Amino acid sequence: MESPEQIRDRVLARFPGAPAAVVSNPGPAAQHSLLLGAEHARAVAEFLRDDPLLRLDFCSNVTGVDWLDRELVETSRVSTPDPAGGPPRVTEAKTRRLQAGYLEVVYHLYSVALKHGPVVLRLRTANRTDSVELPSLTPVWRSCEFQEREVFDLYGVVFRGHPDLRRILMWDGFKDHPMRKDYAEPDDYEWEPTPHAEVMAKARRHYPAAGAGGAEP
Amino acid sequence: MSDAAPPSPEITDAERAELRRHGILLTSIEELYNWGRSNSVWPLQFGLACCAIEMIAASMARFDIARFGSEVFRPSPRQADLLIVSGTVTKKMAPQVVRLWNQMPEPKYCFAMGACAISGGPFKQGYNVLKGIDRYIPVDIYIPGCPPRPEALLHALLTLQEKIRGQTISGRGAPRYLQPDAACDYPVPEFGAHDLEPPKNPDVWRPPALVRREGA
Repeated sequence: MESPEQIRDRVLARFPGAPAAVVSNPGPAAQHSLLLGAEHARAVAEFLRDDPLLRLDFCSNVTGVDWLDRELVETSRVSTPDPAGGPPRVTEAKTRRLQAGYLEVVYHLYSVALKHGPVVLRLRTANRTDSVELPSLTPVWRSCEFQEREVFDLYGVVFRGHPDLRRILMWDGFKDHPMRKDYAEPDDYEWEPTPHAEVMAKARRHYPAAGAGGAEP
Repeated sequence: MSDAAPPSPEITDAERAELRRHGILLTSIEELYNWGRSNSVWPLQFGLACCAIEMIAASMARFDIARFGSEVFRPSPRQADLLIVSGTVTKKMAPQVVRLWNQMPEPKYCFAMGACAISGGPFKQGYNVLKGIDRYIPVDIYIPGCPPRPEALLHALLTLQEKIRGQTISGRGAPRYLQPDAACDYPVPEFGAHDLEPPKNPDVWRPPALVRREGA
């Protein structure tokens, strides 16, 4: 199978305006992925499915990732030559930049016909709050239907062009998306013998010590 | 029989055994009724997760729940005596479980099979798992395990049979359905914005009241 870089180059050649980049995975799995722009994702997906060298006819898995706002620290080095002929002086400048969070949807594609894969696609929303739309790839791979519903349910990504976008695991009247990192669960702790730090803090809150007055709500 | 001791109104087990030795069988309506009931407990054919696989195994030839009269798994709650809550009860499923329980005719019994049905088990802190079915319906037997072996289910069935044989038809020991003021309909929880409404039925279950030691 072609490497992700080769696939990216062919995508760029086929769709000149489409953003496509390789997101490398530094871990031992080394499963590098292809980051696509939202506008062209549907067309690129059809290309990947129909291309005779790839024929990625099976989408095995769709999942979501929630990326919170991050502060990035970039270090730049400036070296100024010493007019006296000594070693150049190096000054380091650190700039902090706030990267807005986003929701990411990851597709794992295989080719049953050519017995290769996976090719990993990533799509990112503009932010986590009001602009969470992405194109649905269910018209390209039918197996995405339930899994995109799951990502919609648990992460809140709205898939444009999905034939039946409803919650799938939680009930319809449920508010919020429980797999988001800032999801606040209902405060319904009860005693259990689990000495985790988090659980102990909850236990202290819900079961006050004798003589310490009333329970906090 | 001596003349000194006044005749007891109740017959003792020893006397009954003596009579049985002479070919006279004495019983009461209560005993006959409970004997019949306890030997044909029909479970509802209803599984939720991996514990249901063990329940199925218990009904097959190797473990053979038919030895205890419970092989007739009914596909309708209206014909079932026993609800085996076998597996994880999600909050989305909980109203349906309560509804099934309400549709079963009395006398009815409930097993909470496995860690999830008892307390939520490994998913207790999860956002969509009920922390035990005993929040909404009265549970007769808890079967610990993850999942419990089929033998554990059979043991629970034997324990239930013992319980049924110990029930009386009238008086204070009478089961729930023979008490005129007992509730026979359990409220079905509604889906709320984050949790079930109400999160528990206070007539059936209350959270443990614990007081922490100072400094603990």
